[in-house]
Amino acid sequence: MTQELKIGFLPLIDACLPILAQEHGFAEDEGVSLSFVRDMSWATVLDRLLYGHTDAAHLLAPLAIATTLGLGRPAQPLAAPFVLGLNGNAITLSNELAAKVLPADGAGADLGEPRAVGALLKAEALARKQAGNPLRFGVVHRHSSHNYMLRYWLAECGIRPDEDVEIITVAPPFSADSLMAKEIDGSCVGEPWNSIAVDRGAGQIVLATAQIWRRGVEKVLALREKRLDEIRPEVEALIRAMRKAGAHFIDPANWEVNARILARPEYCDAPHDLILRSISDRLVLRQNGPECAYPDFMFQHREAANFPWVSQAEWLYSQLVRWENMEYDSQSAQIAARVFRPNVYRSALKGTGDELPGASSKVEGSLSTPLATTAQEGSITLNQNTFFDGQSFDPDRLEAYILSQK
Amino acid sequence: MQVLHLQKANAAVHQAGMRIVIIDESAARASIIEDGLRALDDCEIFTITSRDGLLAKVSEIGPDMVFMDLGNPSRDVLEEYFTVSRALDRPIAMFVDDSDDASIAASVDAGVSAYVVDGLAANRIRPLLETTLRRFNAFSRLQADLAEAQGKLAARETIDKAKRILMDGKGLSEPEAYAELRAKAMSSNRRIVTIAEAVVTAHDLMGDGT
Repeated sequence: MTQELKIGFLPLIDACLPILAQEHGFAEDEGVSLSFVRDMSWATVLDRLLYGHTDAAHLLAPLAIATTLGLGRPAQPLAAPFVLGLNGNAITLSNELAAKVLPADGAGADLGEPRAVGALLKAEALARKQAGNPLRFGVVHRHSSHNYMLRYWLAECGIRPDEDVEIITVAPPFSADSLMAKEIDGSCVGEPWNSIAVDRGAGQIVLATAQIWRRGVEKVLALREKRLDEIRPEVEALIRAMRKAGAHFIDPANWEVNARILARPEYCDAPHDLILRSISDRLVLRQNGPECAYPDFMFQHREAANFPWVSQAEWLYSQLVRWENMEYDSQSAQIAARVFRPNVYRSALKGTGDELPGASSKVEGSLSTPLATTAQEGSITLNQNTFFDGQSFDPDRLEAYILSQK
Repeated sequence: MQVLHLQKANAAVHQAGMRIVIIDESAARASIIEDGLRALDDCEIFTITSRDGLLAKVSEIGPDMVFMDLGNPSRDVLEEYFTVSRALDRPIAMFVDDSDDASIAASVDAGVSAYVVDGLAANRIRPLLETTLRRFNAFSRLQADLAEAQGKLAARETIDKAKRILMDGKGLSEPEAYAELRAKAMSSNRRIVTIAEAVVTAHDLMGDGT
């Protein structure tokens, strides 16, 4: 009998795996049927998840951790057995600001270089602060990798995120409008909302978050811990279906059809050609500009991309402490780490021939060249996963890492 | 009127009157809720229906309690503001307390999110929450009724069209055409409007639709 699962999501391309699992029948093959609840704010997606309107949700990974730790509301344990993708976000600046921070020659044809852009941005940020009109950036949520990646980059470039600029929350569907209305000077948001801003002439894409951390963890599939226990077989079926959807998603032969599905009003409700560009790693960076190929802009499948590495949750915890006025404590760190559930992912895919890493934790950002890694099943070669500043994150030295960033 | 005024003066001495903000992009629903809460003593009600300058307005009002429709796209912005803002002195928490799961679930079901100044007594909050939920549900029922009425109207039009097709095509009288639709509906265990839609669609497809 087919079991129905309700999934909450925000209109973003990286909600693609459950959507395509349903649309292409991979879910049905695994004996589950998916229905979707589309919302416009993460608060609503989260409420529906916590109060049982949905069984699972497309959720910001740091929000799942913050909810489990009880930041801003009573703690409710969430579990993330599947990472919906890596990166796929970009930093879009107003045209005026982009013109100031990109090299004059050929500006707009290529993405910027993080350090070079950062140096010019620093001068501009300090000038604007001096003038009493600090630069203002929009991020999709306080507890988001967008917020953490933007801050990581700014801080490394000598711009203090809490003192030198303002960072506010702007829901993804409004980021283009906010840029247009000059409420913000830049945003860090997922697709298709950068491309929409470019298309409307509201701004220019300057960096991809993949340039800040080449393999940065993004959304997760989150469930209440209790609900996961209740419907564990169905969740494992869903995981298998989403792995198949991922293989379909990255096959160039399917880009057109998948872009058309994701463009539909009930999903992203956005122009299909913009979605097609993002999912094929070809971005148009400024209005009427040429396409710029940036490999692995979105990363939904290869290298066991959906495996919930415990070290990813720990890195997010390190940034939560770094940017949200929290004190490190080993107990919270453990609770945060446990939000990611590699055991569920493993048990779902064991014996399917899919790639399964041998370990559940790794040093993040340490690979500058491809590395064949030990696998429980299949063979996995992990590619470059560096942070742009050359730092790496060793989860065994979590506290020292946090201290080094204070 | 005078009584209310006295109570307010009293309240100001002992405990400030509750300042309540309703944020709803549906102005009609906001006014229905506002109307309900006005009946309660000791409350000042403010309504915000536009996204522009939302935070500035909320900060200026300095509410004790905020009601917002659950699906409102500005919720993340407001939650961020509650988390980081020092403008309100007092932190604001979602709902009453951890133990009040039933009333939270009821509001989520009704489509209401509520934010409350931390430390506000549950006995002051509950009547407000209950009134809001009743009003919110009443509004949903009104909308459902309206949709149903519109649906009925559309169904009536479709059936009339189908009857006209049968009358023109088979030379039937109006009662005969209706009887034919009804007989088909009963024999195939479907609704008359479903049969009528099929007749109209088939007629359109045959190429002489008007």
